[in-house]
Amino acid sequence: MNTMKKKAFEIRDMDLYYGNFQALKQLNIDIYEKDVTALIGPSGCGKSTFLRSLNRMNDLVKGCRIEGDIRFDGEDIYAKDYDIITLRKNVGMVFQQPNPFPKSIYENIVYGPKIHGVRDKKTLNEIVERTLKEVGLWEEVHDRLHRSALGLSGGQQQRLCIARCLAVEPEVILMDEPTSALDPVATSKIEALIQELKTKYTIVIVTHNMQQAARISDRTAFFLVGEILEVDDTQKIFTNPANKKTEEYISGRFG
Amino acid sequence: MRSGKVIKSKIYFGGTWVIAAITLAVLIIIIGFVLVKGLPHISWEFLSQEPSNMGREGGIFSVIIGTLLCTLLAVLIATPIGVAGAVHFNEYAKEGRLVAVIRFFTEILAGIPSIIFGLFGFAFFVVALGMGWSILACGLTLAIMILPTIVRSTEEALKTVPMSYREGSLALGSTKWHTIVAVVLPCCRSGILTGVILGLGRAIGETAAVMLTVGGALNMPTSLMDSTRTMALHLYTLANEGISDEKTYATAALLIILVLLINTAADLISRKAMKDS
Repeated sequence: MNTMKKKAFEIRDMDLYYGNFQALKQLNIDIYEKDVTALIGPSGCGKSTFLRSLNRMNDLVKGCRIEGDIRFDGEDIYAKDYDIITLRKNVGMVFQQPNPFPKSIYENIVYGPKIHGVRDKKTLNEIVERTLKEVGLWEEVHDRLHRSALGLSGGQQQRLCIARCLAVEPEVILMDEPTSALDPVATSKIEALIQELKTKYTIVIVTHNMQQAARISDRTAFFLVGEILEVDDTQKIFTNPANKKTEEYISGRFG
Repeated sequence: MRSGKVIKSKIYFGGTWVIAAITLAVLIIIIGFVLVKGLPHISWEFLSQEPSNMGREGGIFSVIIGTLLCTLLAVLIATPIGVAGAVHFNEYAKEGRLVAVIRFFTEILAGIPSIIFGLFGFAFFVVALGMGWSILACGLTLAIMILPTIVRSTEEALKTVPMSYREGSLALGSTKWHTIVAVVLPCCRSGILTGVILGLGRAIGETAAVMLTVGGALNMPTSLMDSTRTMALHLYTLANEGISDEKTYATAALLIILVLLINTAADLISRKAMKDS
């Protein structure tokens, strides 16, 4: 089935170093459009590091060096003249801790569109309403759009951050353990949201929660000490993994 | 054993209480002394009239204006430079060796006796640049003097801004510069303002640096190139030359009220900042 889908990302022979330490080794993985791809593995195995190299957030880390070929829509995103601003517009990110700006709900959402040149008030209002509806927050907050986003609950803040990300109309959304700071109810809301979002967006999600990966993802990649040991359809990974280590990890024998 | 510890603790508590009381008493005595001797001589005439006969008679209106001009000029010059410097240290340069050196010198700058700033201001602005004794020379000198305060408080404020705000902004496709202007600095508003007000307080109370750069003219200044006199300098001159006891205390009382107001404002703002974050 997957061979029919278009590839959003193609990663070939990717190595990543922090100074002399090699954090990622020879990664090869394709990420398909409108799939949910889950990255699983024990702490410190490099899943988040890998995720953050897809929108070049690792550029912020001093001494971080990447080799190999990482293509988004067929283009090498680490090429010298590649426009990082456009990359980050197309590849949005949701973080582990909800991180709304200390501004109003409205200002949080229009922040991105304004950067990318949307000035028209009416258009901005429409973006706010559309994205808040998309993340199921509109009913809850439509009468307090101009109050501080920091007054929202953790789960609401995280959905606001997803809405903020949708406001710049990305193709891909990277999610770095988006529910690990949330309670079970808020978590299930986010999971349901991810199921809806995948009809329009490509999603790559790092998760510590095996059940979550099984529930929401189409494909799963298993990371271990900087390598991808196995990547396949989620169903296959969880029922009939090819690698013995994968089986041991998902059955809870380590990690 | 146990009761011994309790008694010891009571002695320590009593000791700290006495010391705290002494500290407070000294403060109250000083402020009270100046206010009691000065307040009766503060009148509308004192505030609104220009001094005459070397300050023996009349008020201190031109001195108040001179004070405001010198200190506001200092703040207007030092704030943008100080904030820009702090942003550079904290957001761009990070941990380079050059930054460490500059930071070290900024700390030293904060500890230099103010008369040295005055001497430098006199040699550089007044004489070498030919500004003469003027509000401009004084404002520039005071600006250099309060720069470390503003740099340091801005840097402290910048450090409290969570990394996640910066990441959130960058991940939306914002440039680093836009992230600083649109997200980081607005979070620092109160911190920067606190630094500015503390600087203002220091500039208003400054005498030595002012004396060597502004001259001491009593006429109403008409341009930034005019010589003038600040309240602290006026107070110094009146007391030093034994011109008028009551005008001295009236000026002192006014200066104390001003400084108290400024510090209260700084305190309120930094408390609000704590609440916000």
